[in-house]
Amino acid sequence: MGWRRFLLRARWDRERAEELQSYLQIETDENIARGMTAEEARRAAQRKLGNALLIREEIYHMNTIGFLDSVGRDLRYALRGMRRRLAFTLAAVLTLALGIGANTAIFSVVYGVLIKPLPYPNADELVGIWHTAPGLQAEDINASPSMYFTYRDENRTFQNIGLWSAGGQSVTGLGEPEQARTLWVTYGTLQALGVEPVLGRWFSEADDTPGSPGPDPVILSYGYWQRRFGGENSIISRKLTIDARPSEVIGVMPARFRFLDLDPQPDLILTQRFNRSRVVLGTGSFRGIARLKPGATLAEANADIQRMLPIWLNAWPTPAGPGRQLFESWKIGAALRPLKNEVVGSVADMLWVLMGTIGIVLLIACANIGNLMLVSADGRRQEFAVRAALGAGRSRIAEELLVESLALGAMGGALGIALASGGLKLLIALGPTNLPRLQEISIDPIVLAFAAAASLFSSLLFGSIPTMKNTFRIGTPLGSGARGATTSRERHRARNTLVVVQVALALVLLVSAGLLIRTFLALHSITPGFVRPAEIQTARIWIPASQAREPERYTRMQHDILDKIAAIPGVSAVAISGSVPMDGRVVSAPISIEQRPYAYDQMPPNRRHKFVSPGYFQTMGTRMIAGRDITWTDIETGGKVALISESVARELWGGPTAAVGKRIGDPAATRSWREVIGVVEDVHDDGPHQASPATVYWPLMMEDFFGAPKFGTPAIAFVIRSERAGTESLLSDVRQAVWSINANLPVFLVSTMKELYDRSMARTSFALVMLAIAAALALGLGLIGIYGVISYVVSQQSREIGIRLALGAEPVRLKRMFLRHGLTLAVIGVLAGLAMALPLMRFMSSLLFGIGPLDATTYVAVLAILLTAGGLASYMPARRAAALDPVEALKAE
Amino acid sequence: MLILQTLAPGPAHGHTIAHAIERGSEDVLQIEHGSLYPALHRLEDRGWIASFWGTSENNRKAKYYRLTPVGRKQLVAQTKRWAQVVRAIGRILKPITE
Repeated sequence: MGWRRFLLRARWDRERAEELQSYLQIETDENIARGMTAEEARRAAQRKLGNALLIREEIYHMNTIGFLDSVGRDLRYALRGMRRRLAFTLAAVLTLALGIGANTAIFSVVYGVLIKPLPYPNADELVGIWHTAPGLQAEDINASPSMYFTYRDENRTFQNIGLWSAGGQSVTGLGEPEQARTLWVTYGTLQALGVEPVLGRWFSEADDTPGSPGPDPVILSYGYWQRRFGGENSIISRKLTIDARPSEVIGVMPARFRFLDLDPQPDLILTQRFNRSRVVLGTGSFRGIARLKPGATLAEANADIQRMLPIWLNAWPTPAGPGRQLFESWKIGAALRPLKNEVVGSVADMLWVLMGTIGIVLLIACANIGNLMLVSADGRRQEFAVRAALGAGRSRIAEELLVESLALGAMGGALGIALASGGLKLLIALGPTNLPRLQEISIDPIVLAFAAAASLFSSLLFGSIPTMKNTFRIGTPLGSGARGATTSRERHRARNTLVVVQVALALVLLVSAGLLIRTFLALHSITPGFVRPAEIQTARIWIPASQAREPERYTRMQHDILDKIAAIPGVSAVAISGSVPMDGRVVSAPISIEQRPYAYDQMPPNRRHKFVSPGYFQTMGTRMIAGRDITWTDIETGGKVALISESVARELWGGPTAAVGKRIGDPAATRSWREVIGVVEDVHDDGPHQASPATVYWPLMMEDFFGAPKFGTPAIAFVIRSERAGTESLLSDVRQAVWSINANLPVFLVSTMKELYDRSMARTSFALVMLAIAAALALGLGLIGIYGVISYVVSQQSREIGIRLALGAEPVRLKRMFLRHGLTLAVIGVLAGLAMALPLMRFMSSLLFGIGPLDATTYVAVLAILLTAGGLASYMPARRAAALDPVEALKAE
Repeated sequence: MLILQTLAPGPAHGHTIAHAIERGSEDVLQIEHGSLYPALHRLEDRGWIASFWGTSENNRKAKYYRLTPVGRKQLVAQTKRWAQVVRAIGRILKPITE
């Protein structure tokens, strides 16, 4: 009702005017009938009615929403004022745009990564299947095939459940052999995610059964379908050869389908088949996904799993060797987690820390603008006094100042959104590889709403500062508005408080940035276990059984390729390893030690296993601490040798030299011992921020290992040390070398060790860059704050300074006085900041490495920086004060 | 309330209402006829009366007001309450004799 009236008030007014007119006419008519003259009749009628204009005004006011009306006026007035004070407006809008832009950008990341649901229907029903095993001292145990069958058959809380794993398979028969990224899923995985294929169908339960007749079914990703088949519609039933097995396309997933945050996303989806009759107890390496029944909670589902685990324990046979009590002793328990947590992983901490710091930057920006507004309001005291004298109420003037801040906020917000969308593009282009869901980040309505809320919040914040101060001030008599008057203590206090707040917040940010810089340095000072990673090129090949089944044959092939690569110009060393540091390919298993048997029901600790060719340590630059390297002769004579990392040597035998000559073996075949021929330095295999794992290096091929009479490594990486590492020309030489031996082998996952190393540091570097930007902004704004206050005080007190100088005050002492003022503010700010920082820094612990959140060096450095900078910022205006010419100062005004 | 009462018999325009109130109160309530209009506006806004344009007795265009059902209810309620107040005041005043 109110709004309609408000919008239609002009029409109402016209109508009332007409109505009043009609009254006059009727009354005049009657008066004439009573015998008055026309003129008299008219005047009498008007007298009777009263002041028509006033009546109309009264009605008009009833129709207005007073506040809105004056806001419109204030807005026009504010914009006019801003044009007049262009420098102030620009400074405020830019500061605010930076603050809001940074906040909006980071919020869009936080929202896209942490808050937005996964891109599946009813995504909150999806859970990842994980277990704990206190008996193994392990968390994050995956699901095994036997668990899958039990859960599928016995569960009460799942709609669908499936297991999956990712891999790479070679596709032949389509031109060049190609290594395609594959995803293996059981029945239930795609069903749980609930994204239908655009063409064809999902896997059926029958597709899952091993030995089902016909070619293997395969589903293509949209990208692969476009890339390899040009998006042709007749793709269904097309035959492919995957790993030498005939396969048939049964479906194509839609373009928007992403399988969790698998990187790279799969090209092909294949069926994971388990043979029920051969499945045994144990933990597996399969990831599980389930969709909860509508209404089922995570706790209920966990209880359900907990109920099924004993069923599982009794339903399946044990593998050869250990008894059932071994599995019981593991104490496996349910630890489902929302699928989103699994996708988002460990970046949540970092993102919230970033969000917090960027929020602090916005607060500092607001404090700065508040200060600017105080100064500008001071300059306008005369204006306010005039207006108050003319009858403007306090609330009207306060309202007007608020409208002005809102207008500033709106402008800053709009510019901030533009900045944010630019910054976001940059961020996505820089793409920290370990930031999940990067593709889902965008400026969407929720982000815009956030930006609007942030601008509103900041305008109210900095707008209320001068408003509060000004309501006291309206009473100022007109005459005392002159600049010569010394400013009141109370207004000083407002400005000083703002500066202290700024310095304190800046300290918090500087400390967090400082801690990260120290972390970064600590990470870089770590010797990763290899040298000059930029010179090491890695490239993988995999020899499928269709090419060479016997270990002798494929190892021969690998050796031949190795010789070809060694002959490439510029290659100084080359070797083979099953996995290279930080590539995420981890083989973990216990080892057995001669004369030191483990009790049967006790699980020996896991060691990392690597399978290497001679020359691997020399190529990588891993230091040999004791003993010697593997030779090709070792491999040809059965490979009964091993090397261990220094940490293993210390743990088992107290030192490297003592370890040489001892004998170890795999846990299964204890009758076949291998001699430790060498000890090498520890390698940070999981990245510099992780402890280096206890590692055992076995020859590339050996006899009688893990139950195999001849054990080989068909999937390998070449490590090539060359000045040309990372160049396309070296890679094409490597490809030629591979294909000269076997033209059916794809070369894939090529990267330099440097790239792998940087990727493992990406999280810290990303956080570091963002925090450094935030801290630099904060420091800059804080210093501008101190500088601004001191210079303002100097300019306001120039008359007083002039008097003092004229009375013989020494310039040096004056300088010191202002310097002391600035430094006092800085010191109070620093103390307040310390009080805030000490408890807050706990939240950063998970991002730090090698230092604690209370790292003294960082704090001392930050204190020194802030105090020096604060001193400088107050020194400049102080010097100006001391250099004042007393005559000039007194004459001015 | 007076306005509502005036409109109870049937629609009337502003001029009529003003004169009716003046006459009805035996000229006790001398009002400036202009002040009637804001009141009319307010009543219309509350939905107690509705208005339409018509022609007056002497062929002038005039705006007529009539009571809406809500307004009628309001009138009944207010009249009742007024009567109560008057009775109450009357009872209190009775014992005093001059």
